[in-house]
Parts: sequence; structure tokens; C-alpha cells
Amino acid sequence: MTADQWVALVAGIVGGALRVGAPFLFVSLGECLTEKSGRINLGLEGVLVLSAMAAFGGAYFTGSPWLGVLIGACAGAALALLHGLLCSLDGVNDVATGIALMLFGTGLAFYLGKPLIQPQAPQIPAIPLGDWSDNPVVRSALQLNALVPVGLLLAVFLWWGFARTRAGLLVRMAGDSANATRALGYSVAGIRIAATTAGGFIAGLGGASLTLFYPGSWNEGISSGQGLIAVALVIFARWSPLRCVGAAFLFGGAGAIGPALQSVGVGWGYHLFNTVPYVLTLVILVITCKPGSVAIGSPGELSSTR
Amino acid sequence: MRNALREIALPVFAIVAALLLFGLLVAFAGVDPVAVWVTLFKGAFGDWFSWQNTLQRAAPLMLTALCVAIPARAGLVIIGGEGALVLGGLACAALAHAVPLPANVIGTVLVCIAGAFAGGLWIMLAGRLRQYRGINETISSLLLAYIAIGIFKHLVEGVLRDPASLNKPSTYPLPEALLIGGIGGSDIHWGLVIGIVACIGLGLWLRITASGFAIRVVGGNPRTAQLVGLPATKLILAACGIGGACAGVAGAVEVAAVHTNANASLIAGYGYAGILVSFIARHNPIAIIPVAILFGGFGAAGSLLQRRLGLPDASVLVLQGIAFVLILASEGLRMIDWKKLSAKTIAAGSAQKTNTVEAA
Repeated sequence: MTADQWVALVAGIVGGALRVGAPFLFVSLGECLTEKSGRINLGLEGVLVLSAMAAFGGAYFTGSPWLGVLIGACAGAALALLHGLLCSLDGVNDVATGIALMLFGTGLAFYLGKPLIQPQAPQIPAIPLGDWSDNPVVRSALQLNALVPVGLLLAVFLWWGFARTRAGLLVRMAGDSANATRALGYSVAGIRIAATTAGGFIAGLGGASLTLFYPGSWNEGISSGQGLIAVALVIFARWSPLRCVGAAFLFGGAGAIGPALQSVGVGWGYHLFNTVPYVLTLVILVITCKPGSVAIGSPGELSSTR
Repeated sequence: MRNALREIALPVFAIVAALLLFGLLVAFAGVDPVAVWVTLFKGAFGDWFSWQNTLQRAAPLMLTALCVAIPARAGLVIIGGEGALVLGGLACAALAHAVPLPANVIGTVLVCIAGAFAGGLWIMLAGRLRQYRGINETISSLLLAYIAIGIFKHLVEGVLRDPASLNKPSTYPLPEALLIGGIGGSDIHWGLVIGIVACIGLGLWLRITASGFAIRVVGGNPRTAQLVGLPATKLILAACGIGGACAGVAGAVEVAAVHTNANASLIAGYGYAGILVSFIARHNPIAIIPVAILFGGFGAAGSLLQRRLGLPDASVLVLQGIAFVLILASEGLRMIDWKKLSAKTIAAGSAQKTNTVEAA
């Protein structure tokens, strides 16, 4: 490979980390908030797909990408609210409900989104980060999704909120000990429903950045498990919103290897390179999980880690 | 007896409610809901043609549902059946291509066994990761499914590709002699029999054998299993292996009976629908048979809904999703009813709760 190709490859992966990582960032923050309250939401995959469709549809019909983002986030919150409500029924398992909502959310998105496959919706504006370079490949690779700074602020806000606010403390308490929360007179179900819904709203922003920035159109293969990777990402980030940022961009970069290689003419193993994020997730789980013990930082009430 | 009735009544009510809700949804889209229900029924069970279509789809559903049900009985939530299915199909096609097999039913059995091995080992990997590394099997099995699909596409478009398959990358077709034919000249292939036999066999195994009982103990009460010294890890790995083998056979049967080669059509979502079937059947292998036929019917009716009423092909996915959500909600309702019936238990329960709070 020539020097130019190397530059293009690196720019492709770095740019890809920012582009592909954006949905990961929001979904993992949403999942982080949900899991902190002691509930797991595998349905975030459904949330992601449904909100991606809703955001695209919203932007298409209103003509404003930002209204689309809002509509997408609200659609995500609505589906997550359903998860929260169902899980607070007695004897309803949150993992099973998550799978149900994953199927329901994707089904609903495919059903309602059929007419949206052809049209083009207005996109979220890009922040050009590559203007310092003369290389057009670098310039086009380093177009930053305007939602990414929002996500970074959100991560800091969540980190601060968990550590310093009353609401954050309540969420953490509901996640660590339902009994203690009840003893202090708070409703565990109420806190978890609120946290799950807010988590769905945040994940909905991730859905919006899927269809309104990159790849920037609505189709049925849009998510392919990114919402589920988020669950693993949160374990990797050990339930810290700040570490979620790093994890999301690491995975974004891993997901960008395949397309970046293809863009410089390496066609071999395209499908294999596309599995890198999943393999990486698995490898990281193998490294970070210890048999017979709970992962460090994990909320005590979380069913998936018990 | 009353309990058994309720076991059946609740999911039936949930499915009826799902059909009603689905009718409401299509009514919003301006389609007559009655026409939708009639078309659903006609497309699924209306005539011999739809029955053939339904049963053809029910076969892989039974086997992928077993991939959820058997591990579930050992206490694991495995949702990566799709991965075991595609690898099973791939192994079947690869073996038929690479090794000269006897051109009779033995060859067919061998390619199915190849599928069973591939699927079984794949799901067992999720079980191993859980037992030896403490990784949540729900997440790992799903990640493994995406990895399996990547490997499948890589090989089907790479070394295993038949150069004659131009538009749709496929493996070399299976020799005629290895194909699984229809039962009595119909479109229903012998995969259905394999599915039914597997469901009944595994159902009986769970119910009447010592090892089946041991698996249920491990899944139902791990503490007890530990106390009586059951080899939990071995049992869990066995449950994963058996479940995965079923999904692998599903893939092999799809290849040998439906597609005649392995290609992307294999990734049709049977693995995910199987999760739903197993949950509705409450992880009871024998109950899987009627539920799989019902959902095979929904799948078969999907294309008719599309052609007759102009509904998107994803409509059936919505119906399945609504049904799944309602079934789970009905589990919650069951608990509430039960509590109301025995007010004493609730009082005792809350007293106990207070105690634990004080203790904490």
C-alpha cells in the first residue's frame, strides 16, 4: 500500500470510529442508565431500530432533522416505557421482555417504515474536523455528526448526575438494593420505570444518528445488533458513563475497519472484518468477566450478572 | 387439571388479544381488519396449499425453538439460535461438497449430523463461556450469532462459492441423492417429521429420564442441584449442545430440503422466531409443536397479506411482536390473579419482605 492509502485507511478508521461510534455512544449511555437502576433492557435493539425509523420519518415529513431527532428519541422513550411497565409486573423477567420488545420494535419499525425506504430525509449537519488537511479523503472521513458533542456532554452530565445529584443517588440505590430503597419509602418500580424510559430516550438519539447521519437512510438492515452490543459495552465500561464514551468509539473504530479496508481496495474478508466488533465484544467479556464473581461496579440487583 | 387449562388458556387469550390489537393497527392503516383476519386464516390453514406452506415453515421453527427450550430448562436464556442454524446449513453444504458421501439416505443423515455438530458446538461455546468465564449467555449467544453469520457469508461468497451462482452467492448444490424429499409427493418435507420426533423425544427425555430430571433441577433450583452434587456444568453444556444441535439440524434441513444449497436465504429469522415459539410454549418441547405450527401459519400467511391486501411483509413481524409482549404480560397477570386468590400468601409475603428489609 502507498502512503496515501495508509493515510486514507487511518482516516477511514478514525472517522468511522466517530461515525459508527455515535449510535453506540447513545445506546450504551441509555443502557448504562437503565442498568444502574437494576434493570436490563435488551429491547434497546428494538428501541434503536424503531427510533431510527421514527427519526427518519419525522425529519422527512417535517423537513427538519432536529424535529426528527426529537421524534426518534420520543419513540425510543415510548418503547422503553413499555419495557419498564411490563417488567414491573410480578413474575415478568426483564431479559425475556427485552427480547419481546426487540422483536416488536423491529417489526413495528419495518411495518411503519416501508414507505420510507426510497425517499431522502434532511440530514443532521456535519462538523468538519478535517479542514486542516489538504487530503480530500481525510476531509470527507472526518465529518463529525453534530449529535456526537451532545452525546459527550450527556456522558459527562450522567457521570455528574450519578455522583452528585439526589436523582442519581436514587437510581443507584434502586440498582444496588431494592430493599433499602423500599425501606426509605421510595418506589423501586417507579424509579426503574423512569430510568428505563430516560434510557430509551437517550438510545433514541442513537437511532436518530443512524438514519439522519450515517449511513443516512432508512433500511431494514440498519442496526444489526448494535443495541445488543451496547449491553456488552456497558459491562466493558463497568457501568461508568465516561468509560462508555471510550468503549463506544473503540467499537465504532472496530466496525469501521471493514469499510475502510474496502475503500482502499482490500476486498478480502469484508464480512469477516464486519464481525470484528462482535468478536472484540466477546474477547473483552472473556477478559473482564471472572467466573463465580460479579463484575466490578455492577449494580447489585442486575439479573444478568447474578 | 384446572392448572393445565390455565396453562393453555392464558397463551390462547394472549394470541387472540394480539390478533385484535393487530386488527386495530391495520385499521389505522385503512385496511379492513376482518379481511386481515380472514386472509391470515386462509393463508395459514385455509386449504391444502397453505397447510403445506405452513408445515414447511413449522419444521425449522420447532427445531430452533428447541434451541431455546432445552437450555432454558437448564436455566439458560439462549437467543443465538440463528447462528447455530446458519452454521448447521453451512456444515451440511460443506460436507456434501468436500467429502464423497454414499448417495442414499445414509448420506442425508450424515449431512444432517454435520449440521447438528456445527450448531451444537456453537451454542455449547456460549454455555462454556458462561460456566468457565461467567459471561452472560444471552449476550454471548447473540454475539456468536452475528459472528456465525459473518463466517457464513465469508465462506459462501468465498471458498465455498459455486462460480455458477452469479447474482446470489451460493455454495455448490447438494447432489440430488442427498436431498430431503417431500412426504408423499407433497411440499411438506421430512424435516417436519424430524422436528416432531425431536420435540416429542426431548419432551419425554426431560420428563421421564434421570438426566432430564437433573437438567430441570439445575435450571429450577441451582442451590439444590449443588447440594445434591449434580454435575451442573456438564448438564448445562449438554443442554446447550442438544439445543444447538437441533438448530443446526434445522439449518441442514433447510439446505437439504428447501434451498438445495447454502445461501443468504438461510438467514430468514427462524432463529429469532424460535425464541418466541419456545417462550409461548413455556419451554415445553411438546407444546412447541402446536405453537410452531401456529407461527408457521402466520409466516405462510404473510405473503398472502402482502399480495391480497397490500400490507407490508413486515406485518407478520408486528403480529409476532405483539403476541410475544402480550404473552409475557399475561405471565404477570397470572401472578396477580394468584395473589388475589390467596390473600393469606400476600400478607405472609409482605411480612417476610418487611423482615428482610429490617435485616438489611
